[in-house]
Amino acid sequence: MSATLLIDLALAFSVLAAALWTVAARRAFEAVVGFVAFGLVLSLAWVRLGTVDVALTEAAVGAGASGVLLLGATARLGAQTLAEVRDQPAMALRIATGFFCALLAVALGWTLLNLGDPAPSLAPLAAANLAATELGNPVSGVLLAWRALDTLLEAVVLVLAVIGVWSVAPDGAWGGIPGDIQPPRRDPALRLAAQIIPPIGVVIGVHLVWTGAEAPGGAFQGGTVLAAMWVLAWMAGLVRPPAVSSRRLRVWVILGPIVFIAIGLLGSFLADGFLAYPAAFTKPLILLVEAALTFSIAVALVLLLVGPPKAAP
Amino acid sequence: MNEVTIFGLLAAALVGLGLYGVLTHAAPLRRILSFNLLGGGVFLVFGVVARRGAGAGFDGDPVPQAIIITGIVVAFAATTLAIALLLRIAELRQDGTDD
Repeated sequence: MSATLLIDLALAFSVLAAALWTVAARRAFEAVVGFVAFGLVLSLAWVRLGTVDVALTEAAVGAGASGVLLLGATARLGAQTLAEVRDQPAMALRIATGFFCALLAVALGWTLLNLGDPAPSLAPLAAANLAATELGNPVSGVLLAWRALDTLLEAVVLVLAVIGVWSVAPDGAWGGIPGDIQPPRRDPALRLAAQIIPPIGVVIGVHLVWTGAEAPGGAFQGGTVLAAMWVLAWMAGLVRPPAVSSRRLRVWVILGPIVFIAIGLLGSFLADGFLAYPAAFTKPLILLVEAALTFSIAVALVLLLVGPPKAAP
Repeated sequence: MNEVTIFGLLAAALVGLGLYGVLTHAAPLRRILSFNLLGGGVFLVFGVVARRGAGAGFDGDPVPQAIIITGIVVAFAATTLAIALLLRIAELRQDGTDD
């Protein structure tokens, strides 16, 4: 048995154990801790599947940002579970559900083991056209050139999510500062961390975006790191977001999609169609789109993590 | 046996486990967690398909890989919205204004 096989087996069992724990844990807090562990180990599995881009996204978004969100929610809920007694399924129903879910898993597993050969792949096509985008990372090529429409819609989904999160604000709080008011913390360790880590984190975030053109990284991974740095400073009471009624804040959120759509429309006139880049300016336009997207993604993620306004302006 | 087999089986197990959690948990937060496990399984199916498509000097087919990144971010956006709704319901219950 080779070493890589052992590593794969160990990773797979760790992911499965964390997932089982997440479903079976008694208290919500334990389940959330299991879920964060699940995300972190899963990101190692992504490395083994040869995709460091996805591993970075999983670690940053799937484990990091989700962890902050879920732990915060668990703390706010306290002992409340919001579970109705009549919603608890009877034992017989649970066993039947378990049986059919297991059946589904077996069918899916069997299908995955018996996929046809040769596997369909767009890798040769991507390799042949990568030079035209002047990018070295094929995943960035897919995200920003060939499947730019998906990425545009994804950026729009983040804007819609921000609108959705804001819209659950109580009537009296509308227009106020988003999130809980952070009292100035006396906790010196947190304040020190919030002063020392962000300068380093911001450089790492920008590096992830910049290097995404040639190596693993990109707007989503870098934007998440930037958002995390701001949220850290917010938790320590060092910074405060603008009120949700602020026009400036709203422009920040939509800037990325607007720039993306504007450059896409430019393609309708100067190139082959919507979201096509004029050949002479491909790389500068992609970098411009990426910079605007990163900024808006970071702002949107901060607002999603901070939550709706709680008190009147 | 290689990484495609191992992680393919893991993906299938996660889909089954996540679905079971969504269907049997009564607490909304636990359902949200289970739904994300189910999503993780689906992304892993994509990852395995991408790995099988390795070629032309790449470790995997970049198209499904990019779609996974899109999927993870969209799943996160949906999770934040679900949590915001959940916390708002909890607030209203505490105030006793919903019944």
